[in-house]
Amino acid sequence: MTEKKNKTVIAAEPGKQELFITREFDAPRELVFKAYTDPNLYVRWIGPRDLTTTLETFEPVSGGRWRFIQKDKDGNEYAFHGVNHEVTASDRIIGTFEFDGLPESGHVILETSKFESLPGGRTRVRTQSVFQSVEDRDGMVAAGMEHGVVEGFERLDEILEGVKM
Amino acid sequence: MARIPTTHDPFNAVAEPKRRRILEALGAGEHSVNEIVEALGWPQPMVSKHLAVLKKVGLVQERRAGRQRLYRVNVEKLKPIYDWVTPFERYWSESYERLDEVLKDMKKKEK
Repeated sequence: MTEKKNKTVIAAEPGKQELFITREFDAPRELVFKAYTDPNLYVRWIGPRDLTTTLETFEPVSGGRWRFIQKDKDGNEYAFHGVNHEVTASDRIIGTFEFDGLPESGHVILETSKFESLPGGRTRVRTQSVFQSVEDRDGMVAAGMEHGVVEGFERLDEILEGVKM
Repeated sequence: MARIPTTHDPFNAVAEPKRRRILEALGAGEHSVNEIVEALGWPQPMVSKHLAVLKKVGLVQERRAGRQRLYRVNVEKLKPIYDWVTPFERYWSESYERLDEVLKDMKKKEK
């Protein structure tokens, strides 16, 4: 069986307060859900490779709290926290998300991740993030997002790969 | 904050989906307006209008070859935009690539 590469798709329409992250996995949704809710597994994948994640609080149940800290090689720390509004195995996780590094607190994001079974023992995870304002969304996603560039950027990826740099 | 006019800012220039399609159509090659018109199936004035904006912000370069004008993507100009946009995207693609590995391990242990 040939394994096709799963791509992360980020969709953010200009001028909206929400964005969607969609990804498929070659594993049944029970496993994917477990990787989201087991602290030992979660810590192994959340964040890029150059950050080390430490879970300070991790309560993957409805009403539970979470907080983690990510550290880069230079010792810079980025902390995030939130509350799990609803955790329904292996179907969905709804909760809040806040980056502690902002100049003022209170910029909270509502995140809903849905785990959908696909044929062949595969799973699609679709996460909707709703921000308090368009500015909050664009700020979080780096200035590029406000220009609506991220969506469809995969194709530009191919251009850059195609042209020798 | 005042909005920078589209015609001066490469970021705003690629915000317009049609202009991204033109960049994609140009790809790694060099093409005339007619070739882009053919590839996209859009009216020629529309293609020319968007090409002019891309040229003005430096994302596309023009070269005369006989009676033809040929266009290509200016990678040097495109690269900074690409680098600017990718951190959030990279955060999630890399997280999910690591999740692929975790899931592979989990599947092995299940057997």
